Amino acid sequence: MEHVTTPPWAMLAYLAAGVLFIMALRGLSSPATSRAGNRYGMIGMTIAMVTTLLTHGVASLPEIAGAIAIGGGLGFVTARKIKMTDMPQLVAAFHSLVGMAAVLVGLAAYLNPIAFGIAGPDGVIEVQSRIEMGLGIAIGAITFSGSVIAFLKLNGNMSGSPIMLPGRHAINLGTLLGIIGLVGYFTVDQSPWVIAVITALSFAIGFLLIIPIGGADMPVVVSMLNSYSGWAAAAMGFTLHNTAMIITGALVGSSGAILSYIMCKAMNRSFISVIAGGFGAAPEASSGGAAKVQRPWKRGAAEDAAYLMKEAENVIIIPGYGMAVAQAQHVLREMGDLLKKAGVNVKYAIHPVAGRMPGHMNVLLAEANVPYDEVFELEDINGEFAQADVAFIIGANDVVNPAAKTDKSSPIYGMPVFDVDKAKTVMFIKRSMGGVGYAGVDNDVFYMDQTMMLLADAKKMVEDINKALAH
Amino acid sequence: MDFISILSVFVMACFVGYYVVWSVTPALHTPLMAVTNAISSVIVVGALVAGAAEGSVVSKWLGLAAVVLASVNIFGGFAVTERMLAMYKKKEKK
Repeated sequence: MEHVTTPPWAMLAYLAAGVLFIMALRGLSSPATSRAGNRYGMIGMTIAMVTTLLTHGVASLPEIAGAIAIGGGLGFVTARKIKMTDMPQLVAAFHSLVGMAAVLVGLAAYLNPIAFGIAGPDGVIEVQSRIEMGLGIAIGAITFSGSVIAFLKLNGNMSGSPIMLPGRHAINLGTLLGIIGLVGYFTVDQSPWVIAVITALSFAIGFLLIIPIGGADMPVVVSMLNSYSGWAAAAMGFTLHNTAMIITGALVGSSGAILSYIMCKAMNRSFISVIAGGFGAAPEASSGGAAKVQRPWKRGAAEDAAYLMKEAENVIIIPGYGMAVAQAQHVLREMGDLLKKAGVNVKYAIHPVAGRMPGHMNVLLAEANVPYDEVFELEDINGEFAQADVAFIIGANDVVNPAAKTDKSSPIYGMPVFDVDKAKTVMFIKRSMGGVGYAGVDNDVFYMDQTMMLLADAKKMVEDINKALAH
Repeated sequence: MDFISILSVFVMACFVGYYVVWSVTPALHTPLMAVTNAISSVIVVGALVAGAAEGSVVSKWLGLAAVVLASVNIFGGFAVTERMLAMYKKKEKK
C-alpha cells in the first residue's frame, strides 16, 4: 500500500502540530496558563498549513492566499465584533463551517483521488479510503445541517420549541441505516450517485435530528456537534494519512463528548432522551394542578435588599441566563464591589447549565470584570449556603428549584440544584410572578418564609440596589 | 503510513484527549469549545491539498471553497478564544 510520498520531515511537522494542539487544550486547565495554550494552538495551525503548502506544489498559491485572506478576514472581524451573549450562536456557526469544509474536502478527494494519493493511476479509489471518505462526508454533512438548525434556534430565527414530526424515530433510524448501507455499497461501486445520495441523506438527517430538540437542551446539542466536527476531521485525517488531523479530530471528538456528558449530568437527563428530543414541548400541569393555587409570597424593595446585604457577612450571588438577557452583569459586578467595600464576603455560584453553552456564564462574568477566583462551581459552593446570610438569585430559576430534590413528578427531578433554602434570606429577582423557568415548572422558593421577591427588570433592580448601597 | 499505525495514533489520541479535557477547568469550557473549533479546522490541510492539485478543476474549486470556510474558523476561532481568555482576571491584591 504505497501512498503519497510525504517526506519524513513533513510527517514530523504534522506530528509536532498535533502535539501543539494537545498543549493548547492542556493550557486550559487554569486561566493563568490558558493564553499560552492558545498561542501553541496558533503555532500548531501555522506549522500544519505551511507544511502542506511546501509539500504540495504551490502552483495555485495566489488563489490559495486569496481564499485564506477572505476567510481569515471574515473570521477575524466576526470574532472581534461578536457579543459575549451571542457566543453559543457563533460556536454553532463555526461548527457548521467545519462540517461543510469536511464535505467539500471529501468531495474534492472523490473527484481527484490521485492528487490525494488514494487511488491508482486508473482512478480506482482504494476500498479502505472509500469507507473513510464516505464516513467523513456523512459526519461532515450531519455536523453542517445540524449546526445550522442549532444556530437558527439559538439566534432566535427559529422557535426554540421542539418540532415533532410524526414517526420521526422510524424516519431517522431508516435514514441512518440507509447512510451506513450506502457507505458499505460505496466500497464496491464508486459511481457518483452513491456519494451524492450519501451526502444528501446526511444533510437531511442532521436537520431531522436537531429540529425536535428544545431550546433547554441546546447546550448538549452544541457540545455534541462540537464532537461531530472532530470526528469529521479525524475521518478526513484517515483518508489523507495525516497525523495532525487524526490527533486533532480525536481531541475535539473527545472534548465534545465529555462536554455533552457533563451537560447531561447537570440536567439529570440521559443522552438518549436529549437526542430523542421533545423536552420543554408543552408545560404539563405538574403536581396535580397545585401550581394554580394562589400561595402567599413577600415582595421586597431595592432599599430592603440593600440594607439586608450590607449587614450580611456572606452573600452568594446566583446568576442565570436571564441576567445576561437583561444585560445586568456589569451593574451586578458594581453591586459586588459596593458590598465588598462594606466588608461583605461576596461569592458567585454557577450552575453547569447556567447560560446557553458550557461555561457561558463564566465568560459573561469575566467580561464584566468579576475576578475568576470569586466564581465557584456548583459542587464547590453548595455546602456554603448554610453559612450564607443572603442568596441573591438573578435571572436563574430552575437551578434553584427544590422540586428537583423532592418532587418525583417534576420534569427537572434529579437535576442537581443549589440549596438556597438553607440560606438565611433568599432574594429572588424576577420580572413578574407569572413567568416560569425554561422547564416550565413552578418554584417553591418563591413562597418560602425567608424569600423576598424583587419584582422588576434585573438591571433596573440592581441599579436601584446600588443607589441604596452607595449612601 | 499503514492503516494500523494510523489507527494506533488515533486511539492513543482519543485517550490523551479524554484525560486532557477532563483536566480543563469548567470555568473555561466556552473557550475550550472555541479553541477546539479552531483546531478542528486543521481540515484545511485537506482543503489545501485539493486547492493546490492539478487534474480536476471542480476538485480545485471545492478545495478553495473549503479553504475559505476553514480559514473563517481558524482566524475566528483563535481570535475569539484570545479575546475571551484576556477577560479572565484574578482578584486585585489590596
